[in-house]
Amino acid sequence: MTELTLVQAVNRGLQEAMRADSDVLVLGEDVGVNGGVFRATEGLFKEFGAERVIDTPLSETGIVGTAIGMALYGLKPIAEIQFLDFIYPAFDQIVSELAKFRYRSGGQYPCHVVIRTPYGGGIRGGLYHSQSTEAYFCHTPGLKVVVPSTPADAKGLLLTAVHDEDPVLFLEPKRIYRSVTGEVPEGDVRVPFGVARTVREGTDVSLYAYGAMVPPTVEAAETLAADGISAEVIDLRSLVPLDEAAVIASVEKTGRAVVVHEAARFCGYGGEIAALLAEKAFYSLKAPIARVTGYDTPFPYALENLYLPNAQTIAHAARATARAT
Amino acid sequence: MSPGPSVVPLPYSPDQVEQHLGADWSSVMLSAYRWMVLGRTLDARMQALQRQGRVGFYGAATGHEAVNVAAGLATRPEDWIVPGLREQLSALVRGHSLETYTHHLFADDRDPARGRNMPCHPTAREVHYVSMSSVIGTQIPHAVGLAFALRSRSDAGVALAFFGDGATSANDFHAALNFAGDLRLPVLFCCANNQWAISVPVSRQTAAPSLASKATAYGFAGTRVDGTDFVAVYGHLRSALAEIRAGHGPFLLEFVVYRMTPHSSSDDPKRYQPPTWNDEAAAHDPVTRLESWLVTNHLLPADERARVFTEAEASVRAAIEAAEGTPPPNPGSLTEDVYSPHVSAASSGVP
Repeated sequence: MTELTLVQAVNRGLQEAMRADSDVLVLGEDVGVNGGVFRATEGLFKEFGAERVIDTPLSETGIVGTAIGMALYGLKPIAEIQFLDFIYPAFDQIVSELAKFRYRSGGQYPCHVVIRTPYGGGIRGGLYHSQSTEAYFCHTPGLKVVVPSTPADAKGLLLTAVHDEDPVLFLEPKRIYRSVTGEVPEGDVRVPFGVARTVREGTDVSLYAYGAMVPPTVEAAETLAADGISAEVIDLRSLVPLDEAAVIASVEKTGRAVVVHEAARFCGYGGEIAALLAEKAFYSLKAPIARVTGYDTPFPYALENLYLPNAQTIAHAARATARAT
Repeated sequence: MSPGPSVVPLPYSPDQVEQHLGADWSSVMLSAYRWMVLGRTLDARMQALQRQGRVGFYGAATGHEAVNVAAGLATRPEDWIVPGLREQLSALVRGHSLETYTHHLFADDRDPARGRNMPCHPTAREVHYVSMSSVIGTQIPHAVGLAFALRSRSDAGVALAFFGDGATSANDFHAALNFAGDLRLPVLFCCANNQWAISVPVSRQTAAPSLASKATAYGFAGTRVDGTDFVAVYGHLRSALAEIRAGHGPFLLEFVVYRMTPHSSSDDPKRYQPPTWNDEAAAHDPVTRLESWLVTNHLLPADERARVFTEAEASVRAAIEAAEGTPPPNPGSLTEDVYSPHVSAASSGVP
């Protein structure tokens, strides 16, 4: 075990995966000499050289399209998109090509590609360095989408992604890149996809969160405990596949559910959780399902603290849900 | 198919052909002729079947045969074809079976891709022919990545990216050529410029003097070639591939061809093509141009020519007969070859 920040855990995962398999390589903007604008690829260029840590020209569609071609041949590229906000030039490559290659080729061309990208607000990044648009990708069959909230999960989920023959979108909560530290296992210890993590057990209300929303959700649960409300916190970790059993089991215990994400609410991932509970846990529900989310506006610069859910807004919604009759 | 007086002759003596094609020039030309006739025959039969409602869709490559056949013959097994829209014949020349391809056209249970893609979108990994989408230009960076992988594994081989004239306006054309130039990769960019992106003529696609000239912006060379002249196409492919194999980086070939059919079975070119187009295209028919040269140079006796057509008709007919009796894909294949963890009967509203 080593104490690492979340971004250090990503870096460690990349380094170990590249040491273990010469087919693994990294490509993206500023990932080489500079070690990535967030330093997630620090030291890799020096250790593995320019043919495995590739500073590409500035083109997201070029990065993902080239990564697809590498994977068609059998390499295992890990593409970095500098911010999720900048991924859209590659959207066509991701949804039209990457997600569909294995299906449309009858399994002849799997696409062993990982796309890592920092996402989310809280870093004074304004409209174009803050968004949380995971739902676009979760809506595309053929992609897996995972979001760690701890250093151990960052490394463990990344190793699972690198060993997965299907494409994986690996979303990194940049707001907690350095604010969260934790013990990270040495070596090839993988965290499986589709298994949620119960951060805190409780009996009165279930709080579902992922990524950078996990710390304020835990803080909200602590506040609620002082009010005599026992909140269970579930870190989904993996959006596709979703751990449906864990989501349902928690509500069967508590009867009340609050979904938290920083993405805009309308057609956001929380709607899928709410639909799942309505379809499969309806008779366990004692109160309407609540969502605590970003506003249905573009992401603001000056008012980002108003835009983002926080421990107070989460606790407020959870309290109302826990007490609803 | 007999050469009319308006066909533009191939301007070569046998000696000149040998310079372009190499020592085995006559067998290359005869082989090319047989494949081109097969492609032409297949296009004619499948377009008729589409009109009869027996296949759902068809995109002919009539007019592109010299490019597709030359690409199949000039490449080696270790090379890769990343198709754009009309390169299916290259897969057949490289060894993909006509019968399997026809199962794909009928989207039946013996289509290797389980009838998931529209007809004329085959997958043939066994001959290094990549699966294609219907999106324009997205395939071009895939050839760049394949070329990178070939080089990083120290494997021989060149990645050939095919695309049409319209694709040269798309984002991924720029991204791919820029990456390939920057990384000096073994990629051959092959633009099949059939002068029409559905209804928009190539003159409205760009103000550049040629599509080949665009290579200059990416730090490598490009050449425009008469894509209806098999000798020129094969010769340029051969020399470009040799240069790339020698480590000289990427190259762009623009093959000017004439689209001799509608864009697809869903298109009506009478709405936009000038009335002179069909005659102009017929004068540049790559099959009759090659055939005329072979006849003039006594390499294609009348009985041999008849035999080529009879054999093409017979193999196409046999492939269609085999495919047409095959059932559609098993319903269970709907959820195979894709990660679909949340698929359930509920997806279709069945409780």
